[in-house]
Amino acid sequence: MVAGPPDAPILRGISLEVPCEGILAVAGPSGSGKSTLLRLLNRLDDPVSGSIRWDGRDITEWDPRELRRNVAMIFQSAPIFPGTVLDNFEVALPGIDLDRANHVLDRVGMPSELLERPADQLSGGEAQRMSIARALLTEPRVLLADEPTAALDTAARRTIEDLARGLADSGVPLVWITHDTAQLRRLADHAVVLIEGDIAAFGHLAELNRHGDARVRELVGATLDEESE
Amino acid sequence: MNAADIGLTGLAASSILIAVGVAISMWRHLGLEGQLLWAALRALVQLLIVGFALQLVIDNENSLVYSLIWLAVMQLFASYTTWRRAPEVPSVFLLALIAYSASMIVTLGVLFGFQVYEFEGRTIVPLAGIVVGNSLSATVLLSRRIFDAGRERRTEIEGRLALGLSAVDAFQPVLRNSLRTALIPQIESTKAVGIIALPGAMVGLILAGVDPADAVRVQISVMYLVLGSVATTTAVMSLGISRKMFTSSDQLIRRS
Repeated sequence: MVAGPPDAPILRGISLEVPCEGILAVAGPSGSGKSTLLRLLNRLDDPVSGSIRWDGRDITEWDPRELRRNVAMIFQSAPIFPGTVLDNFEVALPGIDLDRANHVLDRVGMPSELLERPADQLSGGEAQRMSIARALLTEPRVLLADEPTAALDTAARRTIEDLARGLADSGVPLVWITHDTAQLRRLADHAVVLIEGDIAAFGHLAELNRHGDARVRELVGATLDEESE
Repeated sequence: MNAADIGLTGLAASSILIAVGVAISMWRHLGLEGQLLWAALRALVQLLIVGFALQLVIDNENSLVYSLIWLAVMQLFASYTTWRRAPEVPSVFLLALIAYSASMIVTLGVLFGFQVYEFEGRTIVPLAGIVVGNSLSATVLLSRRIFDAGRERRTEIEGRLALGLSAVDAFQPVLRNSLRTALIPQIESTKAVGIIALPGAMVGLILAGVDPADAVRVQISVMYLVLGSVATTTAVMSLGISRKMFTSSDQLIRRS
């Protein structure tokens, strides 16, 4: 699969089969095509050539709206829509009842009194948790996350990570882009390493720790463990 | 003296006011004398030509045909101007042409359909001029605003798309904002009319010797025409542009 501007593709002919379980981390230097890959999976963009299959079907055969509700996506900077947290939930699920809203809020570890809070008054971590809750309202079968904790402090980052782990354990697999190798080691079951638009490595974290390419070992943080040993 | 005919002497005398402007510019070293004179001269020549052409159209036995041709040329020129001022907007010429045409059909359709004015060369050209002239700047402004919003509010729009909303629904809040911003100045100026400024059409009619009460009625219909035309043009334009901003798979098209 090739993607990006035709004259300067960002992903230059990759092929990958992703397991639908646990947390798959996507690592790589800036500009290596991580976000491009994720946007393709949510069909915010289409590849120049090649195809993506999910659940046995080419994703272009899906109604894009149905696909996006199944393969939900959260962003580095959580988009905040006007109004309260509840209004934000309404965008994902028009006519949502209070029980449902409270339940999803509880699922992301937020107190129910935040439901009436104007969404633009939430802290960075709360806004990201709200955006995850909002995405969960579409009952996705996969959650794509584009560096969702990059702009957050350590405490908020850990909360989101715990949330991600909980989701993965409850059967919602995640594809998670991260720059943070320590986070990758805490979170990932598998990882794909992109370098300059190509797949440099893909596999279980344990395998990647022993990868022949030193750049891969560095990008999955294997060197962190070596240093601490 | 007939109020409607100020004559050449009158015209010459009123040009003293331009001389006043030139004198002030020279006195305060504004360096605007040339521009002032050029602007005054251009306005004079342009209006004389329009007046002459209008006379030709009205007096002609094929008056109706010529005025409809005039109307078409006016729309083409307005669309061209819209394209010149907002070239970055995709298919802006065609969209503007559709928007101005739709606006003409709706607004003039009402005015002529209910026989507010008689359907003839004398009325078609000036009324169409009001439709296009007043819609032009609002249309340019709206086009650029919607287009820029597509870039500036990309995260928010894609955030909605990612939740499974259609392109129309995902873009709706942005569209609503832009349309409101385009219409509010028009509404405000309509509210202020008569208090802050006396509108041009009414002043012109009164100076030409028409009863103020009649002049007011004409002015009101003109004002409503302006409101209606700005609303229709911007609405059609905004729908057209927003369609051009998304693919058929509800993807916001990236433009550099």
